[in-house]
Amino acid sequence: MNSEPESRNNILLALREILPEKYLLTAKEDLKPYECDGMPAYQRIPIAVALPSTIEEVQKIIRACESQRIPVVARGAGTGLSGGALPHEGGIILGLSRFNTIIDIDHENMTMRVQPGVRNLAISEAAAPYGLYYAPDPSSQIACTIGGNVAENAGGVHCLKYGLTVHNILEVKIITVEGDLVTLGSMTLDTPGYDLLALMTGSEGMLGIIVEVVVKLLPRPLATNVLMASFDAVEDAANAVAIVISKGIIPAGLEMMDNLAIKAAEDFANAGYPVDAEAILLCELDGAEEHLAEQVNIVMVALGEANASNVVMANSEQEKAQLWAGRKAAFPAVGRISPDYYCMDGTIPRKRIAEVLVEIKALSEKYGLRVANVFHAGDGNLHPLILFDAGIDGELEKAEHFGGDILELCVKMGGTITGEHGVGFEKLDQMCVQFNPDELTHFHNIKHAFDPYELLNPGKVIPTLHRCAEVGAMHVHNGELPHADIPRF
Amino acid sequence: MKTNLLDSIKQTKDGQLADSILRKCVHCGFCNATCPTYQILGDENEGPRGRIYLIKQVLEGAEVSNATRDHLDRCLTCRNCETTCPSGVQYASLLEIGKKHIEESTERPFKEHFVRDALLNTLPYRRRFKFFLRVGRSFSLFLPKALRSKIPAKVAKGKWSRAQHSRRMLVLDGCVQPVLSPDINSATSRVLDKLGITLVNIKKAGCCGAVSQHLNKEKDAQTMMKHNIDAWWPEIEAGAEAIVTTASGCGLMIKDYAQYLQDDPEYAEKARFISTLCKDIAEIIALEDYSALATTAPKTISWHPPCTLQHGQKVTGVVEKILIDCGYQLNPIKDAHLCCGSAGTYSILQPELSSQLGDNKIANLEKDKPEMIVTANIGCQTHLQERTKTPVKHWVHLLLDR
Repeated sequence: MNSEPESRNNILLALREILPEKYLLTAKEDLKPYECDGMPAYQRIPIAVALPSTIEEVQKIIRACESQRIPVVARGAGTGLSGGALPHEGGIILGLSRFNTIIDIDHENMTMRVQPGVRNLAISEAAAPYGLYYAPDPSSQIACTIGGNVAENAGGVHCLKYGLTVHNILEVKIITVEGDLVTLGSMTLDTPGYDLLALMTGSEGMLGIIVEVVVKLLPRPLATNVLMASFDAVEDAANAVAIVISKGIIPAGLEMMDNLAIKAAEDFANAGYPVDAEAILLCELDGAEEHLAEQVNIVMVALGEANASNVVMANSEQEKAQLWAGRKAAFPAVGRISPDYYCMDGTIPRKRIAEVLVEIKALSEKYGLRVANVFHAGDGNLHPLILFDAGIDGELEKAEHFGGDILELCVKMGGTITGEHGVGFEKLDQMCVQFNPDELTHFHNIKHAFDPYELLNPGKVIPTLHRCAEVGAMHVHNGELPHADIPRF
Repeated sequence: MKTNLLDSIKQTKDGQLADSILRKCVHCGFCNATCPTYQILGDENEGPRGRIYLIKQVLEGAEVSNATRDHLDRCLTCRNCETTCPSGVQYASLLEIGKKHIEESTERPFKEHFVRDALLNTLPYRRRFKFFLRVGRSFSLFLPKALRSKIPAKVAKGKWSRAQHSRRMLVLDGCVQPVLSPDINSATSRVLDKLGITLVNIKKAGCCGAVSQHLNKEKDAQTMMKHNIDAWWPEIEAGAEAIVTTASGCGLMIKDYAQYLQDDPEYAEKARFISTLCKDIAEIIALEDYSALATTAPKTISWHPPCTLQHGQKVTGVVEKILIDCGYQLNPIKDAHLCCGSAGTYSILQPELSSQLGDNKIANLEKDKPEMIVTANIGCQTHLQERTKTPVKHWVHLLLDR
């Protein structure tokens, strides 16, 4: 095996042949800003950052890395919240930000072919002149890119009604670890054979490098309405979620924010949120005009039943945009009330939201850390933001433990440890709680089928069974691991 | 974000400010989405989030080379990121602190020094600038094309309104604008005359200080600020209502005098007052009854809001409303929030990026074939005019177009 500096030199030599100097970053100063993504708690410096702009360059880079066994971590806009684009110390970052061209808009088939570095919002903006839009809309949609959205199976406000990324794409082109260009999915709704497109979606850069995506577009709804309900008790707001949906209405978006989140978001967006309410629900309804009026009535009654203290309806496009602006910016706006926050992402059955929020509050008191809740209530996708100060010794660790407890609580309630942010590096330990060793072994087998040498984003998403045993998440009986015969990676 | 600034820095006022700004940043990356240089270059080091990270390294004592300085130099200071940032990070203030520290610890190559010094020694001084411009015009045939295209056609001065009203306002003449486009302030005087206001130009006042401030010559900048304050003060004591600016870059600078001079025992109080008196011409007109200014010859216009107006001064939608009220039709402009690449001395110091941004901007402004392009800052005006035959003017001219 090569010594470390030697392998570094060799790969840099190879990469210099492929990329112009300004798109191959190797100076320590230049690498530093790439040491983390939107989850700055974890940091590692890569050997180099490669910023290609053509598929051929990506292929050459991947082949060079494969032949020298150099790990490759793909990175889009670096807005991920689970450390998915955290570099590997012995590897390179493959930045895809320069792949930012919209290749083709086919408005008759309602599809758009884009490069992976196109921003989520830019897709909807380009589709707007045709009366179309792209439904998945993560809060970071202004900045996050579609390649990353596919890699993380990103969600957003509208996923309750219109599905996650996986439900809104038709085809992707990937570069395999061998450097081959492969098309997954097709331009038709059903593709024969294994559904590798679905497998690729949410694979977090571990199975291939996404270099092109065809997204489905939807017609803009004929009419929309946004209601904002205020509540004096968080539990009432939580229960209102299930009540609304049980009336047979699927809102286009149903979001909840608690008091801390309301205050922070209002401070930035001046959205007109009631800063003294314990919680608010934002409910977007869409459809044809006459149908919409009926939905509004039903939801109004349901919110009344759920003890809403006040309900207001947006009167104009501007007011609607204003109500959403606060929600979309709520995460970073929390930066106004706390130097650091740890954004969690777990999902629970929506009827148990109130129960979970009560337990989170108890945990908050136990750990002595504040929590702001702002989340996709309709699909039970929680985003507790744990507020802490990384400048105080031990607070980050405390926040991490607290976060771990929340995710385990989600599993206990019949939910999962991710909603839309992915597992990344952050939630490896909780994967041990979510899946049993047999299931994890299957994941490893799939990984190895695509990437035998574990070069694509290694060390993310699927924990080794050894790690699970160490964190104690796996039941160890009499010092023996279950399934001691299966290989430990 | 967690910070660990050097003790020697943390004890200074700059250090404390930098620390509080850095701690607000949560590293979400929203800022990159609206950063003109990140959009073109796609490198984290060429967007606000990366630059904030680089500045943090500098202030935490990491070794700095020219690479960091170059990344910071390529920032346009358009402050689009500040408008986008939900966490309220005051990026421009942090950048200034970062640049100052880097300037002190690294040495620029001779050529860069020379160009920067040349800019510092001409632009802020009206007479010198006028001299060089005249020489440039006379020998334009012998100049390299890049420089030749930067020399705008000569513009007639225009008549200054002599009418005397009881309401008086001062106007900043500035340095570059009266030489390149002396018609802007004279037109402004005639517009304000119609609103019953006399516009007074204090000849003694000069450059607002922005050129020096942005090229890290803080002391020179402060000298200019104080010089202007002294020049205006007697008129202010005599009851002038406002200091009107017709170049949004200068306007932003004067609005920041309070901040820049806050520790000057002699000038802090005056600077605070001057900053509150400073208003962009749009802010002045918006408060008056301007129905008499409506046009009888409506035109289709493309409006380019300068960054110093929309992101710096946060004056948005005001010019648009006035122009629409006065009968003009405004084209919808794609990416209106993006910088045109002029950015003060940027167009000279970073010609490649500047010209790419300028070309993009012109393409968007001309898409619907406007009869005229209007803006509110002399830098943007000349930078855009270089690239088009469509007239590019300050929007106040439209209020006299009857």
